[in-house]
Amino acid sequence: MSDSFTPVVAGSALGSKAAPAVTPKNIPNRGGPANPSAQAIAQQFAGAVVRADVIWGETIVVVDRARVHDIIQWLHDDPSQRYDYLSDVTAVEFRDLEQPIEVVWQLRSLPYRRFLRVKVLLEKGATLDVPSVWDIYKGADWLERECYDMFGITFTGHPDLRRLLMWEQYAEGYPLRKDFPLRGRFSRSEQLRQALAANPEARYSKEELSIADAFEDLPAEMKRRLATGERTGE
Amino acid sequence: MATKKRTVEVELSTTGLDAEGRPKRVPFVVDENGAPVAVEAPPSIEPDLDAEHMLINIGPQHPATHGVLRLVLELDGETVVRCIPHIGYLHCGFEKIGEYRQYNQIIPWTDREDYLNSPGNNVAFALGAERLFGIEMTERCKVLRVMACEMSRIISHLVWLGTTCIDIGAFTPFLWAFQQRERIYNILEAWIGARLTTTLTRVGGMGADLPDAALEHLAAFVNGFPKVVDEIDRVVTRNGIWVGRTVGLGVMSPEEAVNYGLSGPMARASGVAFDVRKDFPYLDYETYDFDVPVGTNGDVYDRFLVRMEELRQSTRILEQAIKRLPDGPVNVDDHRVILPPKSKATSDMESMIHHFKQVMEGPRPPIGESYVALESPKGEKGYYMVSDGSSKPVRWRIRPPSFVNLSAISRMVEGHLLSDVIAINASIDIVMGEIDR
Repeated sequence: MSDSFTPVVAGSALGSKAAPAVTPKNIPNRGGPANPSAQAIAQQFAGAVVRADVIWGETIVVVDRARVHDIIQWLHDDPSQRYDYLSDVTAVEFRDLEQPIEVVWQLRSLPYRRFLRVKVLLEKGATLDVPSVWDIYKGADWLERECYDMFGITFTGHPDLRRLLMWEQYAEGYPLRKDFPLRGRFSRSEQLRQALAANPEARYSKEELSIADAFEDLPAEMKRRLATGERTGE
Repeated sequence: MATKKRTVEVELSTTGLDAEGRPKRVPFVVDENGAPVAVEAPPSIEPDLDAEHMLINIGPQHPATHGVLRLVLELDGETVVRCIPHIGYLHCGFEKIGEYRQYNQIIPWTDREDYLNSPGNNVAFALGAERLFGIEMTERCKVLRVMACEMSRIISHLVWLGTTCIDIGAFTPFLWAFQQRERIYNILEAWIGARLTTTLTRVGGMGADLPDAALEHLAAFVNGFPKVVDEIDRVVTRNGIWVGRTVGLGVMSPEEAVNYGLSGPMARASGVAFDVRKDFPYLDYETYDFDVPVGTNGDVYDRFLVRMEELRQSTRILEQAIKRLPDGPVNVDDHRVILPPKSKATSDMESMIHHFKQVMEGPRPPIGESYVALESPKGEKGYYMVSDGSSKPVRWRIRPPSFVNLSAISRMVEGHLLSDVIAINASIDIVMGEIDR
C-alpha cells in the first residue's frame, strides 16, 4: 500500500450512527421525502430553480440553463453536498413536439449516499446548447459527446465535441430526435452505397493524421482518401 | 507519470508436492538468501516530444480489443504518448428502437447489449419498469432475481478472467473458466429455455419459475465452484509472468476513479468502496451477508484480485438465496401487467378483456420517470425511463458502465508500453455491445 492512499468510502459523511441504506419500498408516484439538496439549491441560488419534484421517490430539480454549471459546480464542491459522482448525462425529447427538450444530469453523492437529478429545459426553435460539466467531472467527456451525437445538443466548453457513436461524416442528422424516422433519413440504397464506399479503418481525424510526420510527404490524392475515409486499395 | 511500487510475493507451482499433497510453491525470483523478490512495475519512460512519433492503429477487428474497439495510438518508440479510442462500430440504436416498443417487448433488447450479463440486464429493466408502473414484486420473485443477477455476475467475471488470461498469455484458466460458465448456462437453459439471450424477466414477474431440478443443479454448482476459483487463484495469482504483466499498469487513484465516473470492479480496485448493492440497495440486498472487496493500488492486478473475490462473494450470495427461496407466486397479482392464465381467457369475460388489452395495447404506466441502477458485473448499470402515459416509453436510456469505464482508457494507457495497452484494455472488462448499443 502506498503512503498517500486514502480510499473513497460511500456513506462516509453520514457517520457511524446513520441507518444503513435499505431497498426503497412502496414508493408513491408523487411526493414523499425529498432529497435535502433540492432545498439547498433553492436557497443558495435564488431564482435559479424552475421547479422541484419528487417522482417515484427520485428528486428532480429543474434549473435555469444559465446557472446550471454554477449549480453543479457548487453541488460538487460544497462540503454539505459533495456530489462527486456523475452517473449520466442525457437528454429527453417528448412526442409532444411543443414540449421543450430536457437535458438530464444524474448525480450521486457517494459520501452522503444521495441521488439527485438535475434538469435544464431547452425550448425548441432556439439554439440547443448547455454548458459542459467536463471541467468538473472528467467522466462527462463521452457522455456529452454521445448526447451531442444523438440529439445535436452543443455542450459549450467541451474540449473535443465530436460525434462518438456515428461516424464524423454522418449526414442524416441526430438519430434520437423525434423527427428522425426509425429507418433513418436516407433511403436504404443510399445508406448501403455509403456503407460500402466507406473504409472505417482508413478513417482518421485531422488531429490523428497530424501525429504522423510522414503524412505530409504522402501524395495529395492519398491524403484526400485517408482524410475522407474512402475505400483504398481497389 | 510516476508508477507505484508494490510488493507481490511471486511463486510458481512447478516442482514437487507440499505436505498437503498440493503442488509446492517455490519463489519464482529469489535473492541470494532465497527470499522472494518483489516485482516492480515496468518503468514508464518519459516521452520525448521532439522525437519522431508513430501512429499505430489497433482494431476495429483485433482479437485483443474484445470486440470492435479501435484504438489509434501515438507512440514514441514503444511508449504510448496519446490514445484516441474510436467506438460505434456496433451501434444499433437500441434506445431509438425502445421508443417504438412496449415495455415487455424491450426486454429481449436488453439481452443483446451486455450479452454476458443478460439475466442481470433483464432484472434491471424489469426493476425500472416496475418502479414506473408502481408495482411491488413478490418475495419469491425477489430472491429469484437475486439468483439471476449473481449467476450472470459469475458468468461475466469468468468470461473476463478467461479472455484476459488469454490476452496475457495463459491458456489453461480460460478452459477452466468456460467449463464453469457452461454449468451456469445449463441451469439458465433449464430455467427459461435460452442460454445467452435469456429474456428472463417480465414487468411484474419472471418469464418462468425456477424448476426444482435447476435449483438442485445450482446448489451443486455453488458447492463445487469455490474449489475451481481456488484452483485458478493458485495458478494465476502468484504467477511470475502474470504479476509481471499486470502490476503497476493503468493506475487510477481513488479521486480520479470517482471523477472519471468509474464504477464496479474498476472503481473498487482503485479504493473506492462504492457498490450499488450496498449503497443504493435494491432487491433487499442489504439482508444478504456479503463483502465488497476493495483494492489499494488501482492497477490491473488489483482489478483481477477484486473480480476473483467477487466470484467468491457471489457464490456466498447464491448460497443464501438458495436457502431463503420462499414458496409462493412469482408474478404479481395485477392483471394490468401480468396476463391471467390462458385457460381463463376463453371462459372468463374479464380475463379475456385483460388478454386483449395487454396484447393489443400493452400495459400503460402513469406519467413519470425513473432511474434504476443496479450493480452489473461491469459497474453501475442504469436504466432511465420516461413515460408520457402511453404504452411505449418516450425515452429509454441505458447508462452503460463499460462505456464510462472505457472513456478513461486514454488516461490509463498514457506512458505505458504498447504491449501493456492490451492488458489495460482487458482489465476494463468491456463488452462492445453495451458500449455501442
